[in-house]
Amino acid sequence: MTIDTGQPTSQEVTEPAQEEPRHIWRMVAIWAVLAVVFDLLFYFLVGPHVPPGDMTSAAAENQDDFTILFLIALPVMIGVWVYMAYSIVIWRASRKGAPEPVGGPQARTNLGVQVGWIVTTTVIVLGLFVFGTVELVVNAGSGGGEGPNPIWTPTSATVLPVQVIAQQWKFTYRYPTFGGFESQQLVIPNGTTIAFHVTSLDVIHDFWAYQLSIKADANPQLDNVAYTTTRQAGSVTVRCDELCGLWHGSMFNYGSVVSKTAFNIWAKATERATAANTKLLPPFAWTYVPDANGADGGYYPDNVDPYSNSEVYGATPAKS
Amino acid sequence: MSFGGRLSVVIGLFVVAAGFAVWAVVGFMLPQPATVDFTSAQPAGSPVDLTVQTVGSIGTGFGDHPTWVSYLVKNPQGQWVHTTVWKVPAHTRINLTIEQFDSGSPLRNQQWGRVQGTLGNVEILNGKPVPVYDSNSANGVGHTFSIPTLGINIPLVGVNPNASNVCSQAPCSSPSSVRNIIRASFVTPGPGDYPWQCFVPCGLGFLYGNGGPMSTVGYMGGFLDVVS
Amino acid sequence: MTLAAEREAESEVVYPDPTPPVLGGFQGLPARPGWFSQHLGTAVIGAVLGYLLGHWLGNMVGSGYTNISNSGSNSIAVTGGLLLAVAGWLLGIGAVNYPLAKLVGMEPRPEYESTSWTRYLRYTADHKVVGLQYVIGVLGFFFTGGLLAMAIRTELLSPTSHVFGPGTYIAIVSEHGTMMMMMATSVIVGPLGNWLVPLMIGARRTAFPRVEAFSFWIFTAGYFVILSALFYGGFPTGWTGYAPLQTQAGVGMMSYLVGFAVIGIGMMAAGFNLAVTIINYRAPGMTWSRIPIFVWSILATCALLTLATPTLVAAGLFGILDHTAQTAFYVTEHGGSSFLWQNLFWFFGHPEVYIMALPGFGIVAELLPVFCRKPLFAYKVAAAGMVGVALLSFFVWQHHLFQSGINPDMRPLFMLTTELISIPTGFIYLVGLGTLYKAKIRFEVPMLFCLAVFFNFLIGGVTGVFLSDVPVNVTVHGSFFVLAHFHYTIMGGLIFAFFGGLYYWLPKMTGKTMNKQLGKAHFWAMFIFFNMTFFPMFLIGMLGQPRRVFEYAQNLQALNDFASVSAFLLGASFLIFIANFVWSIFIKPTPAPTNPWNSLGLEWQTPTPVPYYNFERIPVVLSDPYHYSEENAPAVADLGEGELVTTGASSPARVAEDPRPPAPGVETTR
Repeated sequence: MTIDTGQPTSQEVTEPAQEEPRHIWRMVAIWAVLAVVFDLLFYFLVGPHVPPGDMTSAAAENQDDFTILFLIALPVMIGVWVYMAYSIVIWRASRKGAPEPVGGPQARTNLGVQVGWIVTTTVIVLGLFVFGTVELVVNAGSGGGEGPNPIWTPTSATVLPVQVIAQQWKFTYRYPTFGGFESQQLVIPNGTTIAFHVTSLDVIHDFWAYQLSIKADANPQLDNVAYTTTRQAGSVTVRCDELCGLWHGSMFNYGSVVSKTAFNIWAKATERATAANTKLLPPFAWTYVPDANGADGGYYPDNVDPYSNSEVYGATPAKS
Repeated sequence: MSFGGRLSVVIGLFVVAAGFAVWAVVGFMLPQPATVDFTSAQPAGSPVDLTVQTVGSIGTGFGDHPTWVSYLVKNPQGQWVHTTVWKVPAHTRINLTIEQFDSGSPLRNQQWGRVQGTLGNVEILNGKPVPVYDSNSANGVGHTFSIPTLGINIPLVGVNPNASNVCSQAPCSSPSSVRNIIRASFVTPGPGDYPWQCFVPCGLGFLYGNGGPMSTVGYMGGFLDVVS
Repeated sequence: MTLAAEREAESEVVYPDPTPPVLGGFQGLPARPGWFSQHLGTAVIGAVLGYLLGHWLGNMVGSGYTNISNSGSNSIAVTGGLLLAVAGWLLGIGAVNYPLAKLVGMEPRPEYESTSWTRYLRYTADHKVVGLQYVIGVLGFFFTGGLLAMAIRTELLSPTSHVFGPGTYIAIVSEHGTMMMMMATSVIVGPLGNWLVPLMIGARRTAFPRVEAFSFWIFTAGYFVILSALFYGGFPTGWTGYAPLQTQAGVGMMSYLVGFAVIGIGMMAAGFNLAVTIINYRAPGMTWSRIPIFVWSILATCALLTLATPTLVAAGLFGILDHTAQTAFYVTEHGGSSFLWQNLFWFFGHPEVYIMALPGFGIVAELLPVFCRKPLFAYKVAAAGMVGVALLSFFVWQHHLFQSGINPDMRPLFMLTTELISIPTGFIYLVGLGTLYKAKIRFEVPMLFCLAVFFNFLIGGVTGVFLSDVPVNVTVHGSFFVLAHFHYTIMGGLIFAFFGGLYYWLPKMTGKTMNKQLGKAHFWAMFIFFNMTFFPMFLIGMLGQPRRVFEYAQNLQALNDFASVSAFLLGASFLIFIANFVWSIFIKPTPAPTNPWNSLGLEWQTPTPVPYYNFERIPVVLSDPYHYSEENAPAVADLGEGELVTTGASSPARVAEDPRPPAPGVETTR
């Protein structure tokens, strides 16, 4: 059987392919203009406002990262869209006087184009990889959770550790350098390098301090460390970012970055005010082993470890 | 089959499918615990008295899961109702009375042994004001009433499980049942839906104790529906 | 071998009887299907009986355990019920008749070749029937998931007032995700892969027809298992099922775990069958450089289906054991690890999303030459890209775990592999743009969908590069940005490609034409509202809204409302499709020409409806099917008796049974 594939008739074939170089140049020209215009628009209009802001070193760095990635991605996307729009307008079947398409080997492969494409995409992609890695290394992990053995650590001499304890369904914060008191409020000093030690007492949660650009999963019995250096005072929104059950959606709280003196005043005052309760808390540790049974009888049988040893968080060993 | 026949078969199947979807939504997805309204029982601005109880198991008279631990609330008509969605007026003082019938245990996080967010930051436990309760002492803490977004936390001390007149199934209305009565007051903020929960992992039979009743509205968590 | 000699040789394989027997079930059962034969009704009966038996057994086993009597929820009963329901369903439909017959030494009886509509309700070895069954099955999954999506967007209209309770909301979110992902895995491989692959490679059947039918019926069983979660109170973990929340959940979790195991087995069966078919059943002359690009994409997909899914089944099995037998695979305190599920799941999960993306690429690459009247540009690069994506997809899974507390050394490594996988993924753009170059584009409905795939997947793919950059990942992981990314790639890429493929191949699959105006209306509504729904979600995510939350910041309400209203309109756009589909296929069908798109593909060279045995003679393939607009193009295939598939001048139509005048351009030469 024969399929009509639009063979060029002799009349159409005499039409010289004089438009051939113009298509690519036209597209490149349109692309260049649009890419430059939109990149500049983005850089100047949107750039300073790119989330998550620049309240901390991690936030500023992630803001820059996103901006740079976007400035690279935008020309790529504009390139493809310009090409597609151009083809739809110029090379559509309903356009009067459009030359017939030409098949054959030259339409099936073009080594130059193929190699050029592969090389270009590889170069861009590997460049992005190098860029991302450098940013991670240079910025002490960029605010992401590095697990219990972080390898990119901040260079400053004093680091304030803050432990974030996640439980269903609230974050609480312990300050080991202030006697280990536990607070429901996250207050941190400005101009300081903070190490967040995130752990969980039950299921997996995720500590996401938006303006600080810190995101670290909270796992049971694991200390997940994330670093950043605060640069501006302001309020912080903390949300749980890993589905953890019924009240995951309302597991959020507000914190604040305050001046160093204000922080010291707050920390010492809270330490004094909660001293009675701090004595009752278990000794500070980087991870805790909670009683997975909950209150008297849970999922596993009662007489299985760890319900009878002294690492139960918040409880003395069971007598029986 | 004729055109009319085909059309009616298709419409019929569509009606069946739509009916099934509606039944699934209305029967299984939409139902929520009823809201008990405390806004109209007294003149505007005056304090609202809210009385609740916590029991070891809800029993067969009240809910789907007889073995589950639960809160109950006394509605303005004086009956015990099994719901945790309570409507209260904004910017009003709430006088909360909790009758705690359940046994207790050490808290997973003793942070919840500290009373917070109430007037004076104390709770009145059987007549005595208590700012911090050591959950490792005596009979531990049975449950807590906490509204995390408002910073309110009230530990509910447990009763002795070996006492002679323990009430373990709702409703615990007998005056002789052993109980702890905890009172606390707080002022409601502006209008909104504020989730509240218990911070004792009291979901028996569930991993970490936080499944089952802890994860179902109507038992150990609910909403404080503050309206203007 | 010369053409004549090849034909001589292959004439040996022509079946003397045009209805070759495919062996079916027990001897002694009625040869002609009637009410007492096995069909959907008996499957339902089997499932119900199986469920009751399993539930009762589970109650017998489990009621003594403390945790079960304390919690009041018996996961053992539910697991037993669901597993035996699936077994009953399969027994009821007759899926195990052949092995059972062989096991007891009985002679299986030949399958009766039916032509009535009831064959779609049966277990059948005809791959074309299975393909059409899959079309209905996949659409059923899709519209169920879609209704759940409407529920989600209704809830998110307001940050503070709630339509559903929070527990129900996360159950709806979880159900939507699971339904859609399980549908999307098979959405092209199932209907179009099964229907088209034998025809495209010139074969009469797939390698394992019974396995193919089994994969469909277990797929539908999986639908009901996952749907049952809604009636058990749902499961609270999202489709990703993270432990240990998974172990804490109630009985609804078993619907998820058993459903995954069941659908996983179906996926492995379907993948295995099609892979063997493609490797072994190609017609003479169909070398690897001549198979249609769609078949390459299915082959790459099947490799992933077969190799990645066992990990999911194993992970699900551990979860089932944790939930019923009180093991502690995922519970840290007892020596397990909360990381184990994450790693096992994503080791499957990442190849899974390429299982979804690759067939979409295959369809687009297959359709573009037909509507551009130009050969496919860089065919070898396209095929290499698909194989490369499939290979690399096993090495990227920890990019889902960047902030989870994994060894920090791993993060640059997986950033590298994830960035690298975007290179072969980008090849489809090279191929597509090269094919569009100086083409003659016909904007038929399938072509519109293909162009939309390029548009949507570009946004989806580029935002994937953003996510793979670890520092940016800190901002966007777990937020609506991720959600928008995967909806753009899966829905914008795969589902649009699926609908394009459906509009393209339905005239051949059903012999009926879909209405063109309704098709275009469906396309434009779907495309516009899809972008209006999901593009704002990038912003919502960057502004700090996590996934799966029922409450969000007040200042994000405007964006959420915009997305919600657009989502409702997107949902409504599918009504246009349903109306078109139902009207054109069932209520008032219009017969379709045998080759309405003037395609050179081998599947279009068959009469409509395609006979049971596909080809009267096994074709001898002479070149790939992309020689459009080529002077002196080689013939594509020799269909026997001097019938060649070529491009060339007009001549009278061949299709005698088509009463309408021949569509322009479709001719045969004898």
